[in-house]
Amino acid sequence: MASSDHIIDLKHVSKRFGDKVVLDDINLYIRKGEFVTLLGPSGCGKTTTLRMISGFLAPDEGEILLDGKDISGIPPYKRPFNTVFQRYALFPHLDVYDNIAFGLKLQKVPEDEISARVRKVLKLVSMTDYEDRDVESLSGGQQQRVAIARALVNRPQILLLDEPLAALDLKMRKDMQIELKEMHRELGITFIYVTHDQEEALTLSDTIVVMNEGKIQQIGTPTDIYNEPVNCFVADFIGESNILKGRMLRDRRVAFIKHEFDCVDEGFGEDVPVDVVVRPEDIYFTTDPAKCQFKATVNSCIFKGVHYEMWVDTDTGYELMIQNYDPYPVGSEVMLYIDPDDIQVMHKERIRNVFEGTMVDENHVEMIGGVFECLPQAGLAAGDHVRVEVRFEKVDLQDHQEDGVVAGEVHFLLYKGDHYHLTILTEDGFHIWVDTNDIWDKGDLVGVNIAPEDLKISRSDEA
Amino acid sequence: MKRSHWSIPYVVFLTIFVVLPLVLVLVYAFQDGSGHFTFANITKFFTDSDALSTFAVSIEVAIENTLICILLGYPAAWILANKDLNRSAVTIILFIMPMWINALMRTLATAELFNMLGITLGKGTLLFGMVYDYLPFMIYPIYNVLNKMDKSYSEAAQDLGAKPWEVFWKVTVPLSMPGVSSGILMVFMPTVSTFAISEFLTNNKIKLFGTIIQENINSSMWNYGAALALIMLVIIGISTLFTDERKEVEGGLI
Repeated sequence: MASSDHIIDLKHVSKRFGDKVVLDDINLYIRKGEFVTLLGPSGCGKTTTLRMISGFLAPDEGEILLDGKDISGIPPYKRPFNTVFQRYALFPHLDVYDNIAFGLKLQKVPEDEISARVRKVLKLVSMTDYEDRDVESLSGGQQQRVAIARALVNRPQILLLDEPLAALDLKMRKDMQIELKEMHRELGITFIYVTHDQEEALTLSDTIVVMNEGKIQQIGTPTDIYNEPVNCFVADFIGESNILKGRMLRDRRVAFIKHEFDCVDEGFGEDVPVDVVVRPEDIYFTTDPAKCQFKATVNSCIFKGVHYEMWVDTDTGYELMIQNYDPYPVGSEVMLYIDPDDIQVMHKERIRNVFEGTMVDENHVEMIGGVFECLPQAGLAAGDHVRVEVRFEKVDLQDHQEDGVVAGEVHFLLYKGDHYHLTILTEDGFHIWVDTNDIWDKGDLVGVNIAPEDLKISRSDEA
Repeated sequence: MKRSHWSIPYVVFLTIFVVLPLVLVLVYAFQDGSGHFTFANITKFFTDSDALSTFAVSIEVAIENTLICILLGYPAAWILANKDLNRSAVTIILFIMPMWINALMRTLATAELFNMLGITLGKGTLLFGMVYDYLPFMIYPIYNVLNKMDKSYSEAAQDLGAKPWEVFWKVTVPLSMPGVSSGILMVFMPTVSTFAISEFLTNNKIKLFGTIIQENINSSMWNYGAALALIMLVIIGISTLFTDERKEVEGGLI
């Protein structure tokens, strides 16, 4: 049951547009007065979630509760929320005053109260004396302020903001971030904010909800999300990071880049494959051989304003990114160490591809929308349902879609120090994970082949 | 060859078929039968009670026609532009298709239809014919504006507490005014000068301004005809000024 400090509860909410699942079983609660940010790349479902809360979309499954009561049947105009739209949506036929007064006039608020409230909210957004201006004569930043004022003047219980700063330039965006944060403190109402800008999310939020592909990846405070990402996606999306393949040797001891390190994580078991995240600012230079954990050669060094960003090649053949206030010359040998606290160990989401398939004949199996050749399978007949395992590095990618058994595109990629980990999305909507040394870009069209000997086939255990 | 030379054919065309006729109308309007300068043609109109009453009827019919076209055309355009109500392009084509057929033929066919049904020709049939002819010219510009309208405006209105009918009256209608102005221009101006519709659909029982211009010119009263045409041109010019102001907002047909 929703506890009393929850203002919004999303329970098992799913949404499909045609065949495409945009939200998959979302569970989320938002506390009264909280500044919550829905963060993720485009197409992750964050805007869909916001539009469901505002009432412009209805969930296909699940329910949305306001103060513990289902609001599915309530149209947007009756919900006590107001939205700041991405492109502001200020009415061009009304001036600033009438734009802001629009909601109050509909509620038949007395004229003198309207003018008092409009003036007060204009002051809040630092736009006093702009009442009579034509909205189209205002700059982007000013339109933004009017849009915020138009929402806030109605005293909503929740302010919904859909990428409100996306159209502003960097300097203005920074200023508005600070002002939004102050407004939130001053008003004490709940803010639900949608953005794809991780820095904005870290700056503004009490709570960040990281989303990807219609699923919530992680919910936490900005420091939790930054310091303890739960998976590679979050680690990669929030800030810069070195994401590396590792092996948990035992509690508090992990191996990666072919060196062993002390860490603070426990409970993974012994000798378990894991992913390790080390932030580039957490790798330190030392001149003390006793402190040095591994050596590396500086390969590039770029000044980034506050710090230098360096890529180093470790003595064991891995590439790492390091951020440091002092530069080290390219080509120099350096000694490095990492604090146990700064090593974030994550469970591997998967260790190999597992596909459901059907035997076509003893030498062929149909799976992920194609028929693959396999080694002769004794004891399996045509039509048998099977489970096929393929190691990440055994998937062979071709430049031309027609050269592969199935066609797809590179959907997501992650550099893991000495190789790339790719997610291939096939034309039929299947995911294939690939480890490769070749360089691909997001969106590249590829053909997928798998050698017969690399398919490990077993009868599937379905009832 | 310089780029500006490319415009020569158009300049020649416009000179011969637009500027020259206008100059001729102007010249004839201020001449008497023997080619002497005179204001008589203009003053004749203002003392000719027949012409004045025809003029009044023309304006009245044009206003009525325009109003009916707005009342019928706006909802039609709204339905066409509403993706929930209209999912196919076929309905739009059906509305626009009458424009593909010559207006004179449609008018003749309408007149035959009224004859066949035994309906007496008069004001009612005249308005029917005009609305039938000009409705697409009202629907199309309004549809254009509604179709291109950013739906975030109506969402913003709903978000601020507007019920569907409030969204319509307070946001959709005001924002579609450029389309309505274009529609008014497209319908009002040609109705003032039309004569074929009144000839066929009222058997010339109701004379419109276009009719008397045509009659004068047909009976070789070139100078008076030109003066009447000039007066009509001025009236239309004035009516465009009324609608012009709002056109700065994107939209419309013109």
